[in-house]
Amino acid sequence: MTPLLAINSLTLAFKNLFQHTPVLHGISLSIAKGEKVALVGESGSGKSVTARIILGLLQETATAEIGGEVWFEGRDINAMRKAERAALRGTDMSMIFQDPTSSLNPTYTIRSQFVEVLRRRTADLSRGDCDERMISLLEEVRIPDPLRVLEAYPFQLSGGMNQRVMIAMALANRPKLLLADEPGTALDVSVQAQTLSLMHHLVDNHQTAVLFISHNLGVMREFADRVYVIYRGRIVEYGSTGSLFAGPLHPYTQALMAAVPRITGSGLPDLPEISDTFLAPPVSHGGTL
Amino acid sequence: MIRTLRIVGQNPLSLLGLILVALVVLAAALAPWISPFPSHNGAVVDFVYANQGPTARNWMGTDLVGRDILSRILYAYQISLFLSLVVLAIAPPVGTLVGLLAGYMGGWVETILMRIVDVFLSIPPLVLAIAMMGVLEPTLTNAMLAVTVMWWPWYARLVYSLARSEREEGYVLAAEVIGASTAHITFREILPNCLPAIITKMTLDMGFVIIIASSLSFLGLGVQPPTPDLGSMVAEGARYLPDSWWLTVFPGLAILVAVFGFNLLGDGLRDLLGVDE
Amino acid sequence: MRPGSFLGQHILNSPLIRLLLQRLGISFIVLIGVSMLIFVIARVIPGDPARIALGPNAAPEQVASLRAAMHLDDPIVVQYGFFVLDVTRGDLGKSLYTNRPVTVDIVQFLPATLELVFAAGIIMVGLGLPLGILAARYHGRWPDNAVRIFALLTVSAPSFVWAVILMLLFAFYLPLFPIAGRISDIYEIDRVTGFMTIDTLIAGNLVAFQDAFSHLVLPAVALSLSGIGQAARLTRANMVETYEKPFIEMAQAYGFFPSRIARIYVFKPSLIPSLTIIGLDFAAMLGNAFLVEAVFAWPGLSRYGVAVILRKDLNAIMGTVLVIAITFLIVNILVDLLIAFLNPRIRYSTRVDA
Repeated sequence: MTPLLAINSLTLAFKNLFQHTPVLHGISLSIAKGEKVALVGESGSGKSVTARIILGLLQETATAEIGGEVWFEGRDINAMRKAERAALRGTDMSMIFQDPTSSLNPTYTIRSQFVEVLRRRTADLSRGDCDERMISLLEEVRIPDPLRVLEAYPFQLSGGMNQRVMIAMALANRPKLLLADEPGTALDVSVQAQTLSLMHHLVDNHQTAVLFISHNLGVMREFADRVYVIYRGRIVEYGSTGSLFAGPLHPYTQALMAAVPRITGSGLPDLPEISDTFLAPPVSHGGTL
Repeated sequence: MIRTLRIVGQNPLSLLGLILVALVVLAAALAPWISPFPSHNGAVVDFVYANQGPTARNWMGTDLVGRDILSRILYAYQISLFLSLVVLAIAPPVGTLVGLLAGYMGGWVETILMRIVDVFLSIPPLVLAIAMMGVLEPTLTNAMLAVTVMWWPWYARLVYSLARSEREEGYVLAAEVIGASTAHITFREILPNCLPAIITKMTLDMGFVIIIASSLSFLGLGVQPPTPDLGSMVAEGARYLPDSWWLTVFPGLAILVAVFGFNLLGDGLRDLLGVDE
Repeated sequence: MRPGSFLGQHILNSPLIRLLLQRLGISFIVLIGVSMLIFVIARVIPGDPARIALGPNAAPEQVASLRAAMHLDDPIVVQYGFFVLDVTRGDLGKSLYTNRPVTVDIVQFLPATLELVFAAGIIMVGLGLPLGILAARYHGRWPDNAVRIFALLTVSAPSFVWAVILMLLFAFYLPLFPIAGRISDIYEIDRVTGFMTIDTLIAGNLVAFQDAFSHLVLPAVALSLSGIGQAARLTRANMVETYEKPFIEMAQAYGFFPSRIARIYVFKPSLIPSLTIIGLDFAAMLGNAFLVEAVFAWPGLSRYGVAVILRKDLNAIMGTVLVIAITFLIVNILVDLLIAFLNPRIRYSTRVDA
């Protein structure tokens, strides 16, 4: 079976007149249909830019130099035209962001933003149909009073409520792939857990594949089928969640696991850039890259 | 300083601004030596050459009494730059002091000072200067006074809003915790952080003061003839449009060139110092 | 609780009304300050106002009796009191220049200035904001640089220079527009609003409207030029900042069209801070109208203001400045209300799911 998403030796560098800064050094990963995969690493490791390449956003930045292939349903996103990439966004792919409240436009109501999302898939959806869809979608994410929420502005809702709205929007057009960039990190831990399990439940129902992007291995343990660990633009270890947690082999993964509940200090080892461990091929727990 | 100049040099627009400003300043400073007819600075007449368009003898033509327009523009630059410098030597320090006091002290000091500033800002800038010149005699000193009175509140408002946001910053709290005096915090901690914005505004204002001052003399409320002034030259020539176009167009362009230079330079400085618009 | 007070309570709880009352209160205080400032400026005048009013040949007894009538022998505070009392009765004194009550002069000349300034304001917003959107949308590319240079050029010359240049180009060399005035002499239009473009329409005279409109174009453009540049720059700066916000990335991630993102998602949040400055630009226009009216012989309050200033006509000067300050305060209140209306944070300060 061909995977839904297959990334092959993806490289990324930012260039300007004076500098050439490599960010991704040829990473490969794959996601099957309906599979939940986590990409875990510290900030600056290259996980967020990977998501933006899959969405086809970084390809439009003049300073980004991208190499390798990103196959989505048998088509290479890197080789697509701008309009083709844009056509995938908001329809077959969607994304959930870190801070739900600041990711919704403060000057428009939830309704007008939600309608715009729905019309990405069906441009001529009538007002009545829109309302019907939005209400059922908001009920799906267990929002008690959908009509009131539709009329509200994001700043009138709590972070958890906005997070639910964002999940409803992300799943509204039945995407095949959902990218979740540190979902809910800006929220309280308990609210975050609640909305994550809600999301987990929904994507299972809809058979939506998910790429979680997170710095928190602990959270991913409960939600991901498989985990890729990324460190300084390279995948250093990958495998099924069970076996990776049972026996992390790469020193960085071990450190990442040990570091989870710490508050002070960076806690993560600084592996020398040129060392055997650093340049070694990724540690595999079986399965494909 | 050298580093600043090098960075300014990398941006072609800022470089153009620097060149224009340098040219205008040099032209003003060297006016007695480089102007073709230095005596045309005053009440001279030369009716043989009166009201002629640009020629090899008079590159920008002559005015109604035969004076060389180029020479008069060079001398007018002297007056404009002098006036701008005097205004900007007084208005920014006064405004900064008021803004710092209001922004850091808070309480009734803040209320009273900022209400006074509001009063000044609620009369359109040029109107305030015009009204003052209306009751004062039209001389260079009074023009400088009127422009200064109208200008300081803008600095007060700028520094006030900066000081108020700086007041919330960690370093101010830290200084308060270790028991630093109010004066120390205001002038040694907060003021340096307001300086980039003040300097940028002063550069831009060099040009804007020239505009306001020339507007006053355009209305006959500024420097009086025969002293050359760009605004009054345009006003005088406007009556002879379109035939004697050089009477207005060249002094008008002279204002544009000088102010454009200061604007380009100030704009480059704003990017360089990271000041918000 | 009485029902009446409940209703009053309800209205006071509306954020827009609360804001309006608050702004009116502040404006009132500022207005008192303005009247003091104008009074002080007027009393700074060297020489005896009564002597100036009567001219050098007046007899000393005449001067003395006028001084008494003008309360000039009273302490300055009492004089200010009489001034305020007169102003609140709508009495701004008599103009030495026109020999009529200043109020009558202002009623005659103010509409022409307002028409000019409003037209310039419409041009400023109508051209400045789209240019700013264009520059932000193509941030760092040539349209951005072109707008930047245009904006810097327009603010680099006083509006009388632009007025002269526009007049030379589009009234003399290319005779597209009339040279001066508000309307050609051949039309007799009844004065209703004092706005010539509106009065011609009320009169149902379309040819006269066209004539009045073409008289308005050059002065309004000359007056608006520096405002266009400033509005464009400011809109651009605010929009470039908004482009960095997470909600714009989200809009991009959902594949909305870039032009739609610029016009709808980036523009509205950026407009709110821009509006305050646009209000200030309006103030600058009220001042610059003095310059443009002089060039185009526009029969407005500013031209009247210059005439009375050159004649040291104190009552008229004070009245003119006071009326301009009041106009500006009203515009600022309107701008604040518009901001509140556009900004849902002010309109709805309650939480839905609190």
